Amino acid sequence: MVALTSPDFKRRAARALADPQLQKALKRGGSGFHSKRAQAVAALPEFERLREIGRDIKNHALAHLDHYLETFERNVIANGGQVHWCRDAEEARATVLRICREADARTVTKGKSMISEEIGINEHLERNGITPVETDLGEYILQLVDEPPSHIIAPAFHLNREDWEKRFRAAHTDLPKDRVFNERRDIMAEARAKLRQRFLAADVGITGANFLIAETGTSVIVTNEGNGDLTQTLPRVHIALASIEKVVPTLEDCTSLLRLLARSATGQDFSVYTTFSTGVRRAGDLDGPEAYHVVLIDNGRSNMVGTEFGEMLRCIRCAACMNHCPVYGVTGGHAYGWVYPGPMGSVLTPSLVGVDKAGHLPNASTFCGRCESVCPVKIPLPKMMRHWREREFERHLTPSTIRNGLGVWAFFAKRPSLYRAASRLGMGALALLGRGRGRFRSLPLAGGWTRGRDLPAPEPGGTFMARYAAQQRHR
Amino acid sequence: MSSREGILGAIRRGLKRGPLPADQRAMLDGRLATHPRHLIPARSRVPRAEQIALFVRNVEKEFGTIERVPDAASVPAAVADYLAAQNLEPRFVMAPHPELTELPWSERPMLAFETRRARADDAVSVQHAWAAVAETGTLLFPSDPTRPTTLNLLPETEIAVIRASAIVGAYEEAWDRLRAERAGAEPSGGFMPRNIMFVTGPSRSADIEQTLELGAHGPRRLHVVLVEDEPAARTILSEIADPRPEAAREPVARPGEIANPAD
Ligand code: SF4
Repeated sequence: MVALTSPDFKRRAARALADPQLQKALKRGGSGFHSKRAQAVAALPEFERLREIGRDIKNHALAHLDHYLETFERNVIANGGQVHWCRDAEEARATVLRICREADARTVTKGKSMISEEIGINEHLERNGITPVETDLGEYILQLVDEPPSHIIAPAFHLNREDWEKRFRAAHTDLPKDRVFNERRDIMAEARAKLRQRFLAADVGITGANFLIAETGTSVIVTNEGNGDLTQTLPRVHIALASIEKVVPTLEDCTSLLRLLARSATGQDFSVYTTFSTGVRRAGDLDGPEAYHVVLIDNGRSNMVGTEFGEMLRCIRCAACMNHCPVYGVTGGHAYGWVYPGPMGSVLTPSLVGVDKAGHLPNASTFCGRCESVCPVKIPLPKMMRHWREREFERHLTPSTIRNGLGVWAFFAKRPSLYRAASRLGMGALALLGRGRGRFRSLPLAGGWTRGRDLPAPEPGGTFMARYAAQQRHR
Repeated sequence: MSSREGILGAIRRGLKRGPLPADQRAMLDGRLATHPRHLIPARSRVPRAEQIALFVRNVEKEFGTIERVPDAASVPAAVADYLAAQNLEPRFVMAPHPELTELPWSERPMLAFETRRARADDAVSVQHAWAAVAETGTLLFPSDPTRPTTLNLLPETEIAVIRASAIVGAYEEAWDRLRAERAGAEPSGGFMPRNIMFVTGPSRSADIEQTLELGAHGPRRLHVVLVEDEPAARTILSEIADPRPEAAREPVARPGEIANPAD
């Protein structure tokens, strides 16, 4: 499994802020995301209405999740496929390994899949003598450099062109040393040629699934490169990994969500390849896999159903929330320390790995609300981050400095006259100290605040309550 | 307890109920059987000639190229001319679909082709598009013995032949056509082929520095030959108003430009 380093968010975020290469990459990508999505939304006047429809479709599916999963299973089997229910990552890993062994697999190609990162399938296959090959360009280079993705749709977001060249030279030692990479296209052509050999040699292809369709027993993948399609078409065996909340009732439901997905993710009207796979190769077909397995993975989701975090299960993994997040925009994805970064990760990670390990991720938020305003299925991300903060506090997981500070504040807050007297005193002192400058660059005991920003000095004229009372008297 | 029962049980506990009673199950199955449509954007609900024009414009917006021919018999010449113009050898792999195999290929004796699935060393494929969606300029390729999936994936250049009468406005219309045409076609009694690809433009990636490049793993060129088999298709494109809002006319990025990445 991807090593969990979420408890380390603060330190990793600080390191990210001080990394000039990363900051360069974040700057380059960030603004593009905003304008492209905005353009796509402007081009579809019905977009806002579609968001409501998307929310309602997912809510309907989740309210009857048991029924639609059973229907999905029935239809997969009717088309010659198999469904494997897995409660956790370990069971999912064992299932995939068993299918690969039964197929005598030596190499496995992989389409990009966040759930495969979540269950840590690559390491498990490797340990058992099977070579997994990532085929999405971004995932491919990450596999070469042994790093996790930093973004859910742009895994190599944090790398620059020089990184690609350097790592390709180190990995593809059979190619001439003096070859030149004049353009990005040369890098891509080398990857294409290298991966072609892998696609043709693979015994099993593993993809994720953007949606499962109950009506027809279908798994859907959405890509721009075509690697996912090569992965699920060429090998003898296709395994689709999917978490249980991916199921929607009908093709029409899926279609409405697809109108939202690409626009929210990349600003395209539609991704290049949207492919619906149903069962095994049919009589007379000239290509396609002979076996089709869907590995249905729970891994903590069923416990979210019916809780205040249940709405998170609507997520279609478009990444709009992180693309529009001011915190992600400066820290990048690795600081979040697990598979899912940004606002959706801040809500999902504590649900899946425990609030004790990731409960402070929801603190990495300015509560500006942009994530919720762009989410195609209208997930109230800020509200849920607040829920996590409350839970973290209840469970005494907040650092003692904050707890003590809040305790002192609570003592005064419950005693209004004392509160007013104390804040009058404090403000008077601050106003005196800060007179003329309007702000503090540093203050004793407040280094945590002033290290990153200035603290505005109070305006003369007293506390809010004092001014309010004075104004009331003037009426 | 099996994992299946465990997962279903946990979901039901979360929903604070047991298995659904029969009447509710019947209601949900009714929804599956009638598969109601949701909102369909106004963009594609336009007169027929405009719908076809919308398809053409969207193909070009997504970096496909398109040539219109008056009838099916003109397809071999269009293919030969395209390959010559691209400096490609006059050989290709073709889908064994009757609408393609019955074309007068012998009039172009320079062209060499085989009908089969694609192999890794095929440079060009000629594929049969079953339908196309005007809304986004998307071609639909359901797999069957006459339409192998590999033709959409392995060659660097894909030439797709589509009849104008097979263009629909929105995705939902294509689903209805698929249901009607293929009901009971499958051993399951269902209508879904093993695989149906919706293809919108040539393969691309922006994984390297978020900069768009064409031809990642699939075809670098997607050329559409549109057979004008209905009168509305013969309207001159420049005489038809573009129904798309201004913002919908430009691609999100051009090759070499910063784009949003692609997975
Ligand atoms: S939470 Fe919403 S915006 Fe974020 S990835 Fe999920 S669907 Fe997209």
